[in-house]
Amino acid sequence: MKSLGSIRRDFAPWNDPNAKPYIQFDKVTKKFGDFTAVNNLSLTIFEREFFALLGASGCGKSTLLRMLAGFEEPTAGRILLDGQDLRGIPPYRRPVNMMFQSYALFPHMTVENNIAFGLKQDGMPKPDIAARVGEMLKLVKLEQFAKRKPHQLSGGQRQRVALARSVAKRPKVLLLDEPLGALDKKLREETQFELMDLQQSLGLTFVVVTHDQEEAMTMADRIAIIDKGEVMQVATPAEVYEAPGSRFVAGFVGNVNMFEGKIAHGEAGAASIDAGNGITIRTENAGDAATGAAVAFAIRPEKIRISSKKPAGAVNAIEGEVYDIAYLGDMTVYHVRLDDGHVVRASTMNAARITEDPLSWNDRAWVSFRPDAGVVLTR
Amino acid sequence: MNATWSRFNLTSIVLGFAFLYLPIVLLVVFSFNESKLVTVWGGFSTKWYVSLFHNQGLMDATWVTARVAVISATVATVLGTLAALTLTRYTRFKGRMLFSGMVFAPLVMPEVITGLSLLLLFVAVGLDRGFLTVTLAHITLTMCFVAVVVQSRLITFDRSLEEAAMDLGAPPVKTFFQITLPVIMPAIVSGWMLAFTLSLDDLVIASFTSGPGATTLPMKIYSQVRLGVTPEINAACTILIAVVAVGVIIASLANKRREVQRQRDEQAAQRG
Repeated sequence: MKSLGSIRRDFAPWNDPNAKPYIQFDKVTKKFGDFTAVNNLSLTIFEREFFALLGASGCGKSTLLRMLAGFEEPTAGRILLDGQDLRGIPPYRRPVNMMFQSYALFPHMTVENNIAFGLKQDGMPKPDIAARVGEMLKLVKLEQFAKRKPHQLSGGQRQRVALARSVAKRPKVLLLDEPLGALDKKLREETQFELMDLQQSLGLTFVVVTHDQEEAMTMADRIAIIDKGEVMQVATPAEVYEAPGSRFVAGFVGNVNMFEGKIAHGEAGAASIDAGNGITIRTENAGDAATGAAVAFAIRPEKIRISSKKPAGAVNAIEGEVYDIAYLGDMTVYHVRLDDGHVVRASTMNAARITEDPLSWNDRAWVSFRPDAGVVLTR
Repeated sequence: MNATWSRFNLTSIVLGFAFLYLPIVLLVVFSFNESKLVTVWGGFSTKWYVSLFHNQGLMDATWVTARVAVISATVATVLGTLAALTLTRYTRFKGRMLFSGMVFAPLVMPEVITGLSLLLLFVAVGLDRGFLTVTLAHITLTMCFVAVVVQSRLITFDRSLEEAAMDLGAPPVKTFFQITLPVIMPAIVSGWMLAFTLSLDDLVIASFTSGPGATTLPMKIYSQVRLGVTPEINAACTILIAVVAVGVIIASLANKRREVQRQRDEQAAQRG
């Protein structure tokens, strides 16, 4: 079976026309004075989905989350949770819980009492609260820190307390606002997988807001890319990366080489693109772009091969000069300046420790790629 | 630190501290004076302290002052906290600038004017001057100080704490009492102490607004001094100084210890 990317998981309710949406943003608009934070946005999230809202800061993604939590009311449109319209329901009566970016741990309470806070509000009997708190502490591996106050914990421990507190009530939906933003890189990577395991084992629906594409790609089932209060694309991480829907998405997620041009000749998805200056790109992924249409050809750096001689039989091969090399350990990134001045980024995995005939600065080099390696973007 | 004491540094330190503390030291020394003459040393004695406790007038005034200070500080703390909350939370209501200006005006208002205007008001509404009027006047005076102290804490208050509490199911009122209030409590307590101290040593406003039977300690001391400084007054002042000094020392020691403990905890948390 051919598939985009390399992930296979038997969970794709978005492809099932009979699947019942769990969270629905229905033409939601939110204005703060003259500023439109969210503009006529519609979005559907399914039960047990790990959904990421990805965008630059100020794009409106946090506003979406806060509207779901009940801290903001939409100016127009509806938000439905499990079929129920959330309008007018205050945050303390919504079956969703949020993990805050600042963690918002109550500084005057112990870890235990922080976690128990939500349960006490529900009037849960004391023994049940104690049992649940114990369970949560075990879940986040903080049993021996139960009596500590938040300031006696490290950043990673605080993050786990915040997480335990927000899942203690078993909410229908857990909202996470930049959950790993305050952690250092190593801890962040570990925690990403912990979060995924947690979501799987609890069977909750997670909606996470992040500006970190790697984080979104790692954790989420689907990603919504938000820009200026609008949804640019909703898709699985592999689709977002391999089949971006627009120039914006292609440029926002990962690195990309973009060639602007016109479809010179096309039929049944295959086309040649005239990218100017004598560069013609042949692709099999032109979709239904018509002949003469102005398009962008986008190709990821790792799908470009770089070699010192023109590869035999290559459909697409362009000559240029190496003008920058970045050695990153696991891979090497080459910047090749084509003869028309266009700079192409190509990356090569360093699968072997020793490279024969390595390329150097100012060497002449050929960049080549297969006709199915890139995508044609009309928007 | 490896500072060398130059002659200039030494002189300025000595002069500075003498300027600040010489009068107080003199007062304390002469409170133990055997002689009735304040400026002539007649040997060591604690007799003025004994006679102080038999001076009914002074003891009454102390009692009045204590009650006025506790009641006015408490009421002012409640009102000042409410004012601070309103000013930091509801930033968009009409006339906010005017309101905040009005809350803080008494900070810079000459006390004579505050006292006089309160006196006129009390006379106009026919309120007999006494315990009640001094207390009211002190609430007016100290409320704005509490508001300033509490407001400065509220500005740095992380609103997401309240949002988290509501998110976890606590309605707004519960959130206020379980989260907001405990977190800003240190500021409220220091606001109360500030109000208490201000009320304790106020002379000007009390003179305007007090009446017979509600003479405060500063008023009593002042009126006695006009008849001549007695060693008894020195003794009273020495006790006041001692009370304030002990209070300040305890407060700052507790603060310091808490701070040190906190730093240790945080370092331990980062390590472990």
